[in-house]
Amino acid sequence: MFTERPLTVQKTRIDELIDADRSLTRLVYAYVATGTVWLVFGTLVGEYLGLKFVWPDLGVEPWLSFGRLRPVHTNVVLWGWSSLGMVGLALWVVPRTCQRALHSVRLAWVALALINAAVLAGVVCLASGVNNGGGEYREFIWPVMGTFALALVLLAYDLYRTIAARATEEIYISNWYILGAFLWTIVLVTTGYLPWLQKGLGNTVIQGYYMHTGVGMWFTPMVLGLTYYFLPKLLNKPIYSYSLGVLAFWTQMVFYTMIGAHHFIFSPIPWWIQTVAIVFSVGMLVPVVAGTGNFLLTMRGSGSTIARSYSLPFILAGVIFYFFVSTQGTFEAFRSLNRVWHFTNFTVAHSHLAVYGFVVFLVWGGIYALLPRITGREPPQLAVGAHFWLALVGVLTYGFALMIGGTLQGESWLHQAPFIDSVSLMAPYWTGRAVGGTLMFLAHLIFAWNVWTMRPAAAPEPAPLPAAARAEAA
Amino acid sequence: MRLDFHKNHRLLYGVALFGYVALTLLIAVGPALWVDAHNAPLPGSSPLTPEQLAGLKVYVDEGCLYCHTQQVRPLPQDQPFGRPSVPGDYARLRWLDAWQAPAMILGTERTGPDLSNVAERQPSEVWQYMHLYQPRSVAPASVMPAFPWLFRVEANPAPDAVVVPVPPPWAPAAGRVVATARARALVAYLLSLKQTPLPGGAGMAEAGAGAAGAPAGGASPGGGAGAAAPAANGAAVYGSICASCHQAAGQGLKGVFPPLAGDPVVNAPDPTEQIHTVLFGLQGKVIGGAHYAAVMPPWGTQLSDDEIAAVIDHERTSWGNHGPTITAAQVAALRKAEAPAGGGGGGGGGGRP
Repeated sequence: MFTERPLTVQKTRIDELIDADRSLTRLVYAYVATGTVWLVFGTLVGEYLGLKFVWPDLGVEPWLSFGRLRPVHTNVVLWGWSSLGMVGLALWVVPRTCQRALHSVRLAWVALALINAAVLAGVVCLASGVNNGGGEYREFIWPVMGTFALALVLLAYDLYRTIAARATEEIYISNWYILGAFLWTIVLVTTGYLPWLQKGLGNTVIQGYYMHTGVGMWFTPMVLGLTYYFLPKLLNKPIYSYSLGVLAFWTQMVFYTMIGAHHFIFSPIPWWIQTVAIVFSVGMLVPVVAGTGNFLLTMRGSGSTIARSYSLPFILAGVIFYFFVSTQGTFEAFRSLNRVWHFTNFTVAHSHLAVYGFVVFLVWGGIYALLPRITGREPPQLAVGAHFWLALVGVLTYGFALMIGGTLQGESWLHQAPFIDSVSLMAPYWTGRAVGGTLMFLAHLIFAWNVWTMRPAAAPEPAPLPAAARAEAA
Repeated sequence: MRLDFHKNHRLLYGVALFGYVALTLLIAVGPALWVDAHNAPLPGSSPLTPEQLAGLKVYVDEGCLYCHTQQVRPLPQDQPFGRPSVPGDYARLRWLDAWQAPAMILGTERTGPDLSNVAERQPSEVWQYMHLYQPRSVAPASVMPAFPWLFRVEANPAPDAVVVPVPPPWAPAAGRVVATARARALVAYLLSLKQTPLPGGAGMAEAGAGAAGAPAGGASPGGGAGAAAPAANGAAVYGSICASCHQAAGQGLKGVFPPLAGDPVVNAPDPTEQIHTVLFGLQGKVIGGAHYAAVMPPWGTQLSDDEIAAVIDHERTSWGNHGPTITAAQVAALRKAEAPAGGGGGGGGGGRP
């Protein structure tokens, strides 16, 4: 007899419905849902910007122009989508690992409103042509970024009080990273906006520090902290080495802070700052290898569990991207390679592989792990699979198109060809980027639908799982 | 209180916070203040005028700096953009106003060329306006956005209005394109982007790029001793300086920038008029029945005799042209003959009794 071969591996349904506080469930969902709105909006803008490289005269309006929308795209996906997604998950992980209720749910709602207000105001400012000097990720003018920073202060206080009141003796490693990220980000945003530091060439020194630690001391530690919770939880086994996590924490803090100037190699900022940045870029291999090694060794031998999970494939992909993109960053800092790749589209590939491949995949892993367990509603299996593969193939297409194109761009400059050659030769690679970007955007539409399907039930009691599903879970 | 990071949250987060503050002071705050305290504008440079400053604001708000750097590295491939940037080039950057931090003009990406010295390379005001209104009207392969909202279309522009000669496929159906105050400010800013020469000459290019054995492009006007074939690369000079107006294949732009392909002056046996035009510029000439109003800038102050000879030879032997080639000595002779009286008397050592 012909037996039908299934298209997909049957995913394991959730086997436990966490008896979460409904107010916390609604809070977490509100962070994820508003973040998802920013994801769809921000990547729609990104998709449109990518098409402009293929058709430069597509939409000639001031508020549709590349120069105004580029910062809209980057700031929305960073401060809107990624930040809200991470904070939403953290608001659940921290109380859970402390075995205490969140100190104040109301404070977290206020912070949510402030972040959304800041991102919305920032978008309006940038689209109408008000840009805070054009330093990357620092384009929101100070009243707007001040609103965002205020939300971080409220959240840091809320989480600190929760951790201080913990029922466990030890502070779980996730909370090292998560609250550390809040404290570091408050410092770096303050440093990036203090008026008497931003002048002359000194502003460029600050910009290197700001743009780099903005990624490295906010997004990186947040998602690492979340993964230190979700990965062992989903695999139902302890993390491979707690000590490696601690080592990576301290080395992350010391090494990552020192390397911002590697965005300004060969620039007129002091040569010693550039050299320090290069040396510590190599040093970054320590926390990266410690972190990825720890996660991969935890996953070792659990291949079938990963294949049968909704969320673990996202986490696995995110961890591999973390290793790849961090190592790539170290290489980009070397003067010998920097002279080829700096100023080219290679950097654009790198930043997308980092923020998207690494940070966003880990955020998605956390969302698919958590939401069904606290709302009792699972997304359709096919839709999660489509989301995963479209996003993965999309970002790889995007990344490799621009890595190849960027290298050719750098080679063209090295050979001192006329500048316009480096524009013309990019045409196929910009088309490749647009194709990859389209796949990514489609993935986000599906993700948004999945978030909707995982919404908390309106009824006071979350819908219980069918008994059949529970039996299947073994 | 136990000294245990795992159990003492005050200790853990205190060290994380204040340790990070210390690192920030060490690597960011300290160096930023130090760099600014030990920096000063270059002698001979001047602050931006109010109009140029308004142009810098347009430059920031329209996001020009996302695709254009103003940061010439001490690397051979950056030589076409000028001398390597030095801290003094940025010493005057201050807050734009109460809301906007100083412009991050150094940039991190070069989708378009570096602009540190664009006013020397592309000094034509007309070209800058056309390029802003529609980049593809002067650079067909460009992917730069068009900025028509910096312009107005008027049926009867005032006599003092800046009217932009937009070529046919891009021109509006009716009326003429007039630059607004924002466009005029932006062009004023762009045309202020001339690198101030370093005191004591351009030493840094050699120092920084020495290892690569780059061709020495040191431009010393009038100093060329060259009697033999020019060492400079004429095609490269043409590509970085001339092609933006006269176009890559020398075809020019109808009614705005004259063609060089098939031009009688370029093909003339006597090169004097062509050398003179490159050295000292030209405006308002009628060529082939068309009146060219745009200014051809004088390149004698920027290009060496060698480079001028090389680029003229390139023009005379390309795109179907068959003019006889010239030497740097001919350029030097004309430069000397036309020099203002008393200009080169002292140091040249030319006059022998």
